[in-house]
Amino acid sequence: MIPFALSPALAPGKAAPYVIAAYIVFLAIVLIYVAIMARRLTRTERDLSELGREVDQRAVEAEHREEEPVG
Amino acid sequence: MRAALTVLRKDLTLELRTFETVPAMALFSLTTFVIFHFGLDRSTVSGQLAAGVLTVTLLFAALLGAGRLFVAEREQGGFDAFLLAPVDRNAMLIAKAAALFIFLAVLELVAVPAFALLLLGPPLWPRLLGLIAVLALADLGIAVIGTLTSAIAIHTRARDLIGPIVGLPLLIPALIATARAAGPLLQAHSSGSPPGKWLAVLALYDCVFGLVAYAVFDFLLQE
Amino acid sequence: MTSYGKGLRALTLSTVATVTVALALVFFYAPLDADQGFVQKIFYLHVPLAIVSLCGFVLGGLLAIGHLRTGDRKWDLRSYVAIHMALIFGIGGLITGSIWAKASWGHWWVWNEPTLVSFLIVLLLFATYQPLRFSIEDPERQARYASVFAIVAGAFVPLNFIAVRLAQQFVHPRILTLGGGNLPGSMRLTFIVSLIGIALLYATLWKYEMAAKSARMQARRLRRSLLGGDAVRPLGRSAAPS
Repeated sequence: MIPFALSPALAPGKAAPYVIAAYIVFLAIVLIYVAIMARRLTRTERDLSELGREVDQRAVEAEHREEEPVG
Repeated sequence: MRAALTVLRKDLTLELRTFETVPAMALFSLTTFVIFHFGLDRSTVSGQLAAGVLTVTLLFAALLGAGRLFVAEREQGGFDAFLLAPVDRNAMLIAKAAALFIFLAVLELVAVPAFALLLLGPPLWPRLLGLIAVLALADLGIAVIGTLTSAIAIHTRARDLIGPIVGLPLLIPALIATARAAGPLLQAHSSGSPPGKWLAVLALYDCVFGLVAYAVFDFLLQE
Repeated sequence: MTSYGKGLRALTLSTVATVTVALALVFFYAPLDADQGFVQKIFYLHVPLAIVSLCGFVLGGLLAIGHLRTGDRKWDLRSYVAIHMALIFGIGGLITGSIWAKASWGHWWVWNEPTLVSFLIVLLLFATYQPLRFSIEDPERQARYASVFAIVAGAFVPLNFIAVRLAQQFVHPRILTLGGGNLPGSMRLTFIVSLIGIALLYATLWKYEMAAKSARMQARRLRRSLLGGDAVRPLGRSAAPS
């Protein structure tokens, strides 16, 4: 470590806000990312459930069509 | 190799007939020197400051020139014609980079004496050889990167913007080396030979990016 | 299609464990630095973020080589996510570096710290990656050009570092970064654990993003085949690979 005489060594009390700020920035970045991902995933989930409903609906229609010629 | 020379000759002929690029670059440089005079509020500059002014001016002039490199190919179907020809595709890279290098050399023939006249404090003559060495290496790097970024930019929507914003950061190491090599040269009492360390950095830069450009250029030309 | 979700849970758990251990080491084990005091603790956050970010950019270049060699767009997606993540980590590194500079030097920015400066230049370069992609409409060309950029930019990272380092040498003392060889053992251990933690975090987020994108693409494909081409909302001009 190259000591630099003019650099003030802040006591833990005064330095703490900066250290905490740095770690908060890090946490914020990660959490913001998680939030963005959550939004994207709910959208995909909605998409997939809609597609699922469509598939079910078509299965039901196929059944109806099979029954008609008989009846 | 012959294909590269052909394309190069075509570009040089085009430039000689239309005088589109190099005079504009030269004019731009001269105007920039005037702006620096007023911006810095100095009648002469020397040493590192002079190196900085000269490097920045040449850089922006080079970006102007690089932006024009592929415009004719793009607008008049030159790319298609080239792709149809049975030649090594890197010939275009070599030709265009050589053209840009030549444009820069001609530009410096005008801009450096103008700089010595307008702004430079110490006399140019004793330092000329050293400066030529530095600028030659720098121009090589600028030519390679300028050609590469211009080729990338020409197919994008905002081609005049994409070229510079991609090219400038890529050129920063070369510019650091150029400015730092020229700094001691342009001082009032200098030995006339640029620091070897920075010439080595420039040479390394030229080699690395020359090789990288050669390796990837083919992919830029595919349809 | 490769399943990116596989192994994601194990990766996440190991990330959580490592980061927790790292934080504990930073605040309860590592000694106070004699010169900088408590402020030096930021070092355990800033330097790993910077290192992982730079490695991420180089990784993006390597993945792009895979794309150009195989022509498979899957590699382009991997390269895009790697660069995207590296950019986010890089911005984090830059902000924490700036906070460190302010706390220990009094200015929000210092030019005589070569790592920070070369980092700024690298970020300036990679910040153009998305605008570049965004301005090319044809997806295949977009992927190809982006890969070329990633390779050139990946080669740029070490060169830039060398040039900036050389420019500062012998002119200014390096203030912020601790020399690799001078770290006492306890600090070195803490640093290495922090580095591994951040690297694991990068890997986790990369996998996470790949899984989400892959799922979204498959959903679109299903939608297109089930409901017809009209039901699929066009992605519009997108910076991301499609």
